[in-house]
Amino acid sequence: MKHVRYLVPMGILLVLLYFLRAGLSLNPKEVPSPLIGKPAPAFSLPRLDQPEQRISRDDLRGQVWMLNVWASWCVACRQEHPLLVQYAKQSKVPIYGLNYKDERAAGMKWLADFGNPYTASISDRDGRVGIDFGVYGVPETFVIDREGVIRYKQIGPLTPEVLRDTIEPLLKQLNS
Amino acid sequence: MRQVFHLLWCKLVCVLACSGAFAVEALPASDNPALEAQVMKISTELRCLVCQNQTIADSHADLAVDLRRQVREMLQNGQNEQQVIDYMTARYGDFVLYRPPFKALTALLWIGPAVMVVVGLGTLFVVLRRRSRLADDAFEPDDKDPPNDPHLS
Repeated sequence: MKHVRYLVPMGILLVLLYFLRAGLSLNPKEVPSPLIGKPAPAFSLPRLDQPEQRISRDDLRGQVWMLNVWASWCVACRQEHPLLVQYAKQSKVPIYGLNYKDERAAGMKWLADFGNPYTASISDRDGRVGIDFGVYGVPETFVIDREGVIRYKQIGPLTPEVLRDTIEPLLKQLNS
Repeated sequence: MRQVFHLLWCKLVCVLACSGAFAVEALPASDNPALEAQVMKISTELRCLVCQNQTIADSHADLAVDLRRQVREMLQNGQNEQQVIDYMTARYGDFVLYRPPFKALTALLWIGPAVMVVVGLGTLFVVLRRRSRLADDAFEPDDKDPPNDPHLS
């Protein structure tokens, strides 16, 4: 019985190991966004393909939509792009592109080369709307509900798993 | 809880990830030294989210440049430091603050090390006191004198 007390340091060690293990499994690049559950920030930006036309947040109200932040200079976007193109063909949700800190010509060329999954892309030339959306690592993807509230944010490229396991169920729920 | 790990862990990871990027202070972008000083002061409180171990004052990442511009514009529009900080935390969360605020979620982060020191010293104190009160025969006797070995003498 007396030896039980020697288990105490062992116990403390196990707790510490648990914490270390938990720390290792976190991705420091994924900063929890304070914008989830908040209204999407207001914006009004020119369309990438027709700069004389503008799209604002309130134009998109009343539907569930996705905002995908992309740029022609963004390597991870290229990796994500085929998945988006394929997903857009299923037309489950309108995908709007936020062309972030990009040249118009470069953006247009990218869409011509790799396919255009977007209902429309809007041009955030100086990155201000990006800041409002808390963007810090392109690509990022937001799911926004009918009332214009941000319901989900993906930092980094979408994957088939995220689409299937997280976004699809969320879209079903939001559209029901 | 996640966020606590997050903050601790990022430090380490970013030292490794960003060690190649030595920062040179960016050149002032306006000719008002007082304004630039205030921009720099606020910038040193804000984390660059691209290279997380740097403040936006140190970082040359595009986003850091943009955020400094944002800080400068807000100050030029007459907003104060607290309004700038609130603006940043509303978009990027507490994580953007180089010194995380003290609240329930971050309490362990702030007081954890102090608690550990206190608990350690307390344990040491109790153990030593208990030992000093024990009677002599509670301890293992010291080694007896070696028996006289006739061959050695």
